[in-house]
Amino acid sequence: MKSLAELAAIKEKMQNKVVLREGSSNVRVVVGMATCGIAAGARPVLSAFVEEVTAQGLSDKVTVTQTGCIGICQYEPVVEIFEADKEKVTYIKMTHEKAKEVVEKHLKGGKVIEEYTISSIK
Amino acid sequence: MIRAQILICGGTGCTSSGSQKLIAEFEAQLANNGLAEEVKVVRTGCFGLCALGPVVIVYPDGTFYSRVEETDVKEIVEEHLLKGRIVERLAYTDAAEGAATEHGNVSLNDTTFYAKQKRVALRNCGVINPESIDEYIAMDGYAALGKALTEMTPEEVIQVVKDSGLRGRGGGGFPTGLKWSFTAKNQADQKYVVCNADEGDPGAFMDRSVLEGDPHCIIEAMAICGYATGATEGYVYVRAEYPIAVARLQKAIDDAREYGLLGKDIFGSGFDFDLFIRLGAGAFVCGEETALMTSIEGNRGEPRPRPPYPAVKGLFGKPTTENNVETFANIPQIILKGAEFFNSMGTEKSKGTKVFALGGKINNTGLVEIPMGTTLREVIEEIGGGIPNGKKFKAAQTGGPSGGCLPASMLDIEIDYDNLVAQGAMMGSGGLIVMDEDTCMVDIAKFFLEFTVDESCGKCTPCRIGTKRLYEILEKITKGEGTLEDLDEMEALCHYIKENSLCGLGQTAPNPVLSTYMRFKDEYIAHVVDKKCPAGVCKDLLSIVIDADKCKGCTLCSRVCPVGAISGSVKNPHVIDNAKCIKCGACIEKCKFGAIAKK
Repeated sequence: MKSLAELAAIKEKMQNKVVLREGSSNVRVVVGMATCGIAAGARPVLSAFVEEVTAQGLSDKVTVTQTGCIGICQYEPVVEIFEADKEKVTYIKMTHEKAKEVVEKHLKGGKVIEEYTISSIK
Repeated sequence: MIRAQILICGGTGCTSSGSQKLIAEFEAQLANNGLAEEVKVVRTGCFGLCALGPVVIVYPDGTFYSRVEETDVKEIVEEHLLKGRIVERLAYTDAAEGAATEHGNVSLNDTTFYAKQKRVALRNCGVINPESIDEYIAMDGYAALGKALTEMTPEEVIQVVKDSGLRGRGGGGFPTGLKWSFTAKNQADQKYVVCNADEGDPGAFMDRSVLEGDPHCIIEAMAICGYATGATEGYVYVRAEYPIAVARLQKAIDDAREYGLLGKDIFGSGFDFDLFIRLGAGAFVCGEETALMTSIEGNRGEPRPRPPYPAVKGLFGKPTTENNVETFANIPQIILKGAEFFNSMGTEKSKGTKVFALGGKINNTGLVEIPMGTTLREVIEEIGGGIPNGKKFKAAQTGGPSGGCLPASMLDIEIDYDNLVAQGAMMGSGGLIVMDEDTCMVDIAKFFLEFTVDESCGKCTPCRIGTKRLYEILEKITKGEGTLEDLDEMEALCHYIKENSLCGLGQTAPNPVLSTYMRFKDEYIAHVVDKKCPAGVCKDLLSIVIDADKCKGCTLCSRVCPVGAISGSVKNPHVIDNAKCIKCGACIEKCKFGAIAKK
């Protein structure tokens, strides 16, 4: 180790791997992963969130986690986004592609994609 | 892509309760469920709640599972990791409240055990994989060394440590910055840094946990100390009874060398530093700094008179700085975050935090780190989860065989160096043994003294012979043969040993006797005058009696008695022959009618 830059490079490389354990992020993405969710395809949704959050460099702010059945099985895969001091946003019938879009527009851009949320149901 | 991590404690406590098997089982179950790519298993250091081991924590939600067995692993993987449902049956319940948190999700940081703690020395224990230097670096590891070497002069480093108010965590409480400045002042062709990891107090295991859970922080701190004091070589003296700690520290040293964080020209600053492990054979006296250095030199571990102090003439006759593991563990944080970060915690004269090993009659046996100034009551009743079986608190013993005890009336004192000394106890290395109403204080004093008699190195007479004579007096008292004159003689002998012994071992050996005598004089008097042991511990002063009114004559006691001391016929009250009785208490345990009692 001859310079601080080398140390910083290792830190950068490893940060994503330990950041999960800090638990201090203020945005939580919760994917419903009960039997209903998994059957409806929640697994690719979850992995899309994990991959995209890391790719966009949001992993220090956003925690992606899973939960059991939320109770609206007909709308699975359901994803809820909790943000401090904001109302919870519930996305329904998610897909791998929609998940990427949510990371891009909502988590990064700060804009809720209304047509994917539960309030879009008439 | 890793979305979740399973942290499994690999400290000594959890390893002995089977955590190694859990790791293999988790890996197998994850592979079975196709989750091997998504979920990572990490072996960490001690989380602190050793009584509940093996401990498993699942991130990102931080769910805390306790007493996990191999057969539970399948359920955790299939329920929690596959479907996101917490396995409530295994989730930790708060001993202090008996209640889960609002989400039914028991996260580590929400528990009473952790909420009151402030982890500085233990910050990485149970968080990182101690065998991965990269994980340590990700948690700002070696950044403090980088900062010291590239931005600070040695004098500035010492000034920050002085300003932080850090005092020696091994027990003495000597200001660390001042100690460093003494060594720095002395000119020599070679100076040394020594880390004292010869943790000898019965019941203390904080140093072991730091070495097992975060070995790199000790390496980093010793290198910083070397830079500040002008030393280029360091030794860690660790007892051979700590095999996991030794193995992880050795791996950490090897990795640090490979990364060039030990060796020549670290960070291009021109500063050289290297580190070696020396194994101790487990003698208590080697925790004393001069005896420790004598042992590193390859000689029999005996203390040498001071002065000259190690800062002048230490290891191999060269100026040496010697600090305890926990003291070093605080250094990187102080350098990185500044003196104010540290001195904003604690009391006026004791800054920062202190790690305690909680043991004895307490629910949450384990390791806790609290800000100085936390009350004894908070530590025992809240963090420690209180005393099991609804028993009453009697006393807490701090400082091990060199320390003293704090009775119930002292529960509200704020823990810091000076308060404890003022009460006749001491901080010590941080063993905190809780005793309930069933503990005999004379017996406890005898226990600690027996330890020091064994561990006395024999070099000086007051310690070698004095502690032995003192032990004999205590033995006489617990046998009911003591007199009031013995008590006077005991007290005088205590003071004589304290004043005339060569090193800290002898100077502090009588403390448990003096402290219990001061706080619980009535118990000593009861043993001597009434020939009774109020707590019912000292066997020679007990008689076990059967209450004839309560005895139904079921014969259970006579069948369980190992020496055939109980006689009687069916449906008639039984009697105990106290001449045969060995006071083992087996009959009391078995009696369904509560008819047998110690008197």
